[in-house]
Formats: sequence, structure tokens, C-alpha cells
Amino acid sequence: MGMTIAEKIIALAAGKPEVKAGDIETVTLDRLMSNDGTTHLTIDKYNALKNPHIADIDKLVWIIDHNIPSDSAKTAASHKKMRDFAREHGICFYEGEGVCHQVMMENHVRPGELIFGADSHTCAYGALGAFGTGVGNTDYLYAMVTGTSWLLVPETLRFNLKGKLNEGVTARDLILTIIGRISANGANYKAMEFVGEGMKTLTMADRISICNLCVEAGAKTALMEVDDIALDYLHEHGREPKACFTSDPDAVFAAEYDIDLSEIVPIVAKPHFVDSVVPAKETLGVKINEAFLGSCNNGRIEDLRVGAEIVKGKKVAPGVRFMVVPASRSIYKQAMEEGLMDIFIEAGAIIMNPNCSVCWGACQGVIGEGEVLISTGTRNFKGRAGHKDSFVYLASAATVAASAIAGEIVTADML
Amino acid sequence: MEKFSGRVWLMGDDIDTDIILPTEYLVFKTIDEMKPYAFSPLRPELAAKIEPGDIIVAGNNFGCGSSREQAPEVVKALGIKCVIAKSFARIFFRNAINNGLLLIENAELADAMTEGDEIAVTVNEKIDYKGKEYPIVSLPDNLVEIIDAGGLVKAMRRRNGLEA
Amino acid sequence: MGKTIVEKILGNNAGRDVKPGDIVTVKVDYVMLDDIMMPFIVSKFKEMGFTKVWDPKRAVIICDHLVPASQVDDTRAYHISCDFAAEQGIPNLHTSDGICHQLMTEAGYVKPGHVVFGTDSHTTTYGCVGAFSTGIGYTEMASILGTGELWVRVPATIKVNITGKLSENVMAKDVILKIIGDLTAAGATYKALEFTGDTVENMSVSSRMSMTNMAIEAGAKCGLFAPDAKTAEYCGIELDDFQKSLKGDEDAVYEKVLNYRAEDFVPSVAVPSNVDHVVPISELGDVTVDQVFLGSCTNGRLEDLHEAAAILKGKKVAPFVKFIVTPASRKIYKEALDDGTLGILLDAGAVITHPGCGLCCGRTGGIMTDGEVVVATNNRNFLGRMGTSKVKIYLASPKTAAASALAGKIVSA
Repeated sequence: MGMTIAEKIIALAAGKPEVKAGDIETVTLDRLMSNDGTTHLTIDKYNALKNPHIADIDKLVWIIDHNIPSDSAKTAASHKKMRDFAREHGICFYEGEGVCHQVMMENHVRPGELIFGADSHTCAYGALGAFGTGVGNTDYLYAMVTGTSWLLVPETLRFNLKGKLNEGVTARDLILTIIGRISANGANYKAMEFVGEGMKTLTMADRISICNLCVEAGAKTALMEVDDIALDYLHEHGREPKACFTSDPDAVFAAEYDIDLSEIVPIVAKPHFVDSVVPAKETLGVKINEAFLGSCNNGRIEDLRVGAEIVKGKKVAPGVRFMVVPASRSIYKQAMEEGLMDIFIEAGAIIMNPNCSVCWGACQGVIGEGEVLISTGTRNFKGRAGHKDSFVYLASAATVAASAIAGEIVTADML
Repeated sequence: MEKFSGRVWLMGDDIDTDIILPTEYLVFKTIDEMKPYAFSPLRPELAAKIEPGDIIVAGNNFGCGSSREQAPEVVKALGIKCVIAKSFARIFFRNAINNGLLLIENAELADAMTEGDEIAVTVNEKIDYKGKEYPIVSLPDNLVEIIDAGGLVKAMRRRNGLEA
Repeated sequence: MGKTIVEKILGNNAGRDVKPGDIVTVKVDYVMLDDIMMPFIVSKFKEMGFTKVWDPKRAVIICDHLVPASQVDDTRAYHISCDFAAEQGIPNLHTSDGICHQLMTEAGYVKPGHVVFGTDSHTTTYGCVGAFSTGIGYTEMASILGTGELWVRVPATIKVNITGKLSENVMAKDVILKIIGDLTAAGATYKALEFTGDTVENMSVSSRMSMTNMAIEAGAKCGLFAPDAKTAEYCGIELDDFQKSLKGDEDAVYEKVLNYRAEDFVPSVAVPSNVDHVVPISELGDVTVDQVFLGSCTNGRLEDLHEAAAILKGKKVAPFVKFIVTPASRKIYKEALDDGTLGILLDAGAVITHPGCGLCCGRTGGIMTDGEVVVATNNRNFLGRMGTSKVKIYLASPKTAAASALAGKIVSA
């Protein structure tokens, strides 16, 4: 019987010719990413083991990105624990280089790999045809010590994309639309696979943005076929695939959806759930206190270009804080060289170092009681970006930038 | 002359405003919320032990550093009756006067003191400790006026006709 | 009888001859109100029974300590700042443009001869352009907002005269640290510091700012430089006769005069946890560094970033060392961006944050934990200022900071 991409990657990692959805397989992991959200807890558990050891040090990548620069002595203590451990054991370590998933995409992820990340948005790696999934720190520790783990082979939801997104509509609008359609648990335990001729119109930035957000539909992972666009990206970053898979014609899917990209419109996810999506036009006029352009979902150069073009020659509305946070050091540098940072700084934006910041409500740009944020971040849960009584609207880079200028939610075509 | 006596907490030179109240607590809405954190970098246990009527005796340059007025306010809110130091930093000095926290300069007492001992203060005149008298220099007139008004806020309220 | 600079400024303002010890009521040219104090300033202002700020255009409100917000309550001060500016018609509101002390001169508010008060101790900075400026508490600020006046005691002046040429690896920061070390942290309490001599005449206004900024660390009420052609250019003005007269008279009476030879200054650090505990780096021994902070109102200016970039160009900071760069203002960020300085620092591994107080005020921007060591270009190394009380803070010049980031231990450039 035919296999899906997810099944093929797991089969390879399990050393079997074939696996099928519903099986529980023992797999050897290709890579293990962990960030400062939980690594200190993993280390505590590691140190409590009877015979602690690390199966394969070369597979570990540790990244400080959530609270950098540190905002408290407590955070600093967690960081120090992580830094000292990485240094002592020779673990590949990044600090202040960018949001973990972007750093992974730029430096580590290869098609066909099975990757655990101690962060839910690890599913982003599907943009390069890798099976990335988020795990808790106990699962992470087990994989770190044994090099293996168990995995329930997921069923796959397949999304056939056709057509092309209209001007002013972004991949983020697409994935928010899909999440709205299938709901926040519509893909629980499942893989979401994106295929079709519409894929050709999507850049790597678009693809990462789509895969990254699939966990908001509950997905275990997201996957895309490795085409020339993906291979070019990989080669530009000096890497080769482990294996490139496509689903077999007779593979079994839990459900298939046909999506016409030309029908997608700018979307806003209203407080306090990612699947509370409505066309952006239905939220017009909501007054905002802060706008955030950044995160592993929308902090790439393409997103900054979109934002810069909108704010060029304009000023951020009085009383609005417009946070611009590139997703990595290389993106920051490129944005500098392209003159985007000039545009943002002249417009009155607050430009922060690459980090998670507003998206997870710590360190930089925390919002206060009663405040309203429009954000390109990943989540709009209650209290996610700061005070428990605050409000987060998720939208595309274009809508966020336009709203920063207007002081209220507007779409880019309205400026 | 007003007279009072109290138990002494002894401190060294250059007790800065970051010690008196670290920056992270400045954003609290009220001085009362800040009280538990007073002196925390140096003596985290101290704020809980201070009782109304206690006196701080310190070395040179008490209150140096920032202009944060929360520093004298929190000292006063803890119930400290007065601070006696070899010298005070000038912004702290003004801030204390403006909030009606009594400051007394005395060059010798800090070196003679043992923490926990009682001293007796006769305002604008002297300090009595273990049978010895330590003189107090009186304040300039314009400061006495502010203190007499009950602090700068009250002086301004009087100016604006809100208080007699 | 001759006058010192501060006597001339306060005398001119009060409209009479003044001498040290006199108590005068001055008319205020500008007040600087920073975000972290705004909630208390506004509540005291109202409690005092005032309804209108005496002259809204003379008030400047600057959000710098708490922007971007790092804790959920930080935005309260931001809103109170914005609301008060709107309510009172205060036109000068900076919500994310950089550090207050940088903006007060850079944005063109403070001019030579002005009398300025701010709710931050480093308000002494504006003496760099020959203005009398000093820090006050929020209650006095509230009273100025209502009345436009404040009493001051005319300070005696300590003259600091420096002649000769500084060594290549010595910056104004090393000079002021040495002076503070010699004076001690209380050595200039209630006094004015007046800096003179060809060494300081040859300094840029930026370098002078580093020195007046730290005058408070010797307890001084203010620090002053005579305005000159550089000052005029920086302020974008031509000096009038009064401003030209702002130099210490030959027969002025100084409480004391400290004479230094520029050649005698060496790269130095203030070691934990007192600013006046100043040690030449050559006598320091091995100190391994976990973090380096380049920024603050003391040393976050373009020339500081230039000096660091010159050292770091084409190189990488030592492994596991965090190098945090926080430009002092939006304008400086922009200039450093456009001339390639930020690119060099970014390539070297710097974490570049938005202009603001950042780590210096200990709220965010690289807070540390027990046992960590930071080399910082700011103005205070007090216990607990940047994290726990077991963090060791060494204050140094931008050159020393950059060289130390590269070496992973404290070294001179």
C-alpha cells in the first residue's frame, strides 16, 4: 500500500520498509532542538538520572531565543545553566542569533529528517520536507539520552492548493483561513500535507509561515514536497537533503481539501483563539496600542519588505508602539543592507534584536492591562502577550504594518 | 524641642538608592507595595525586622545614586523615625526633606554605635548614646519652612489655598 | 570678584549677584520628566492642587526606562505619560526615541546657560553644553510643574583642569572614572564640577557628555564645560554674549583645583560595587567576562559605537560572551546604521537592542545572575543594579568594553 510523506519519513527513521498510520514506532531521531523556554528543566532532570549520558552530541542544537537579552535574574540563571551545560558537553549552541525555528531552517534542517524540538512550532521544518514535531522536556530528555523515541504514526490531512494568492494576501492569511476552517483541534495527532500546483507560487518564507502555524490546528507535523524552490534554499544554505519524499498515488489520507488560493482574503484571528478567524474587513476600526512584526511565523526578510513598503515615508500613529523584530541575525543584516531598517527607524518603529519577544509575551514589548495588540506572532491566547486582561489580534505583515500607521486595524489597501 | 528614642540599625558608607530600593520595584503603584524590598540587595531580611520608631545610623554619602524619591518614601513608610549619617547625598537629602523624613548629620555616631542599641534624639540639639552627647547642627530656614509645612506637597496645597 | 560658570548661570537667572551658599529661587528653562517617575509626578501634581502646567512647552516627557515594556505593569507609566502630555498640551513627548539625557540636548531643548531640572540623577549631563542641570525627586518636579520655579543653594565649585593629549586607548570615560576615584563618591557633594584645560577643549561634545553625566557619581550637583564653537555647532546656534561669557573667571574663587596631565590617564575600570573604586586595567589581574554592555547615556553615542566597531571590525566576540549594544537614541541608531557601524557590530556578534536605558537601569536588556561578570559602559555598578547582588559590574570605556568582548576577559584596547 502507498505511503504518505509522514509515513515515509517515520519508516526511514524506524529502519522499516513500511509503516502505516496508527502504528507506534520506535524511531532514531536526526536532530534535537531545545530553547531557553524549557532546557533548564531538561538539564535538572538529566542531572537527576542515575547514569546520565548523551546518545549523540552532534544531534543536539540548543538555542537561547525566548528571553534575550535576559529580563530577570531568574531567566539569567536558566540561561547560565543552559550555556554552562552546552559549553561543558560541546553542544551546538546559539544565543541571540534568532528565533529557534528560523535558526534551524537556516542552519540545520534537511529534507527527510525526523526532528524533535522542545517547542510546539517545530512543525515549521516541514517547509523543507522534514518531519518536525514539538515535544515536552521529558520526551526530549529521553531522546537526548537514548537517541530514540516512540511515535504514533499520524494520519495525514492533505491540502491541494491551486491558483495564486491575490496582491495583498499572504501565506499567513491562507493558513489562518485553513485553521479557521478545520478548527483549533481539527488536525489533532495528524500531519498536514500541502501539495498542488499552487505550491509553485509560494516562496520558502510563505511555506515556513504555513507549516509553522499548523500546530494551531493541533497538527503533529506539517509537510511539503521538496521541489526546486526548497532545494535552492537548501543549497544556498550549504546543505544537501537526507531524503526527498512525496506521497504515493495510492497513499491513504484522512481527508483531502481543495483550496483555491485566489479565494483567500486578508484574515484576522480575533482574541482569544487562533481559529476565531474573520476577514480582516470585519475587524476594521479596532484601536490598537501595539503592533508586532516578527516571530518565527512572520519575521523573515519577505515579511519585513512587506512591512517596510507600507510604512515607507509614513509615521507610526501617536501612542502606538510598532515593534519590528527580525527572526534572525542574517535577516537583520539583510534588512539593514536593503535599507528596510532605515525605513522602519524613520517611521518611528521600535527595532529589537532577533528574539521571540512579543509573540510569547516576555522580554520586549509586553502589553499591559486592557491593551490591544495586532501581531504577526503565532498565538493570541488570553494573556499570551502580557497582561491577562489584554487582547491580541493575529494578522499578516501587511495588515499589521498598515494598522501601526493608522492606529487601528486597517488593511494595507486602505492606507 | 521634640525628643524621641529608638532602636538603631547600623549601616556603612555609600548606601545607594539601588540598595534602598532596586529599580525593579519602582514601578509598583504604591509605596506600601515596595516596603518589603527596601535594602534587599544588601540585607534582604531587614525590611521585615524594622519596626516603627526605629532609627538608621549610617556612614558617609547615604542615599547616593539616583533621584528616585521612592527611596526616602519607602524608608519613611517602614516607620523609620530618622536617618543619622555622617553625610547625605544631595538629591536624597532634598527628597527626604520634601517628604518629611528627618535626616541628621553626625560624623561620629556611626563609628561609636552597636546595632540594636537605643539612642535618644533631641531634634535640632543633640543625640544621647551611652552617656555621651552628640551635637546636631540645625537646618537652613527654607528647609525648616518645608518641614514645618509638613512636606512640600502640603506647602504647595497651602499655596494653592487647599489647606490653611 | 570673579565668578565660576555655575555662579554666572544662577546669578543671571536670579537677576542678582550670587555666591556659594546663597539660596536662590530660579526660573526653570526646561524640565525633563522620565517615564518611570511619571506616575508619581502626576499624582503629586494633582495632590498639590495644581491643574495646569506653568508652561507646557518647557516640559519634556521621555519614555526610556520602560520602553519596550518587559513586565506587564510597565505600560502604565507609558499611558500616564501620554495622557498627561495630551491633557496639558505638552508638545514634547518622546515615546521611543532614546534615553532622556541624550535627547534633551540632541533634540535641541537645552542650550548653554539654561537652568534645567530632571527626575533622574544623571540630569547633570546637560552641563556638557554649559547648562546648569541637576536631578530632583518627583515631589519637587510636581512643584516646578505648578510654579515654574525651584530653590537652589548656589554650589561652590571644584575646578578640574586637564592639559595635554590623551593616549590612544584612553577615552573621556577613563578620565572621569579617575577623577571620581580621586574625589570619591561623596567628594563633590553639593558642589559644581567645572572642567577646563586644552584636553577637554579638544574633546567632542559627546565625550564631554560622558563626563558631566557621571559628575553625580562624585555626588556633584552639576558638572560644567564652558560653551565653545563645538557647543554652538552641536546645539545649532550662535552663542550670544551671555553664553560666550560662561567660563570661569581668572579671579573666580574655587573651593579647590585639581590639576591633571592627560598623559597620566590610563585605561581604567570601576570595580564592583562602587563607582569610585577605580583601578587601572594594568593592575586588575585576570577577570573573565560573561557579558559586555555598550550603551547608556554615558557611552551610547555614535563616537562610542565607532570606537567599538573599529576594534571589532571583521572579528567575532569571544565564544559564550554576550555583547549587548544599545544606542542612546533613535538618531544615533540611524547614523550608525547608515555609516555601516551597526553592520560591523552585528557581524561581530552583537545583540543590538532598541535605543533606551536598557540594561543600565536594571529593568531588562541583559539582567544577570550569581557569579556573572559584566563589563559595562554605563555609569553605575551598584550592588544588584543588573541582577542579583552577586553579579559583578565593571564600568569601563567603550574601547575597553569592545576589546574585552573580543578577549573574553577585561583588557584595554
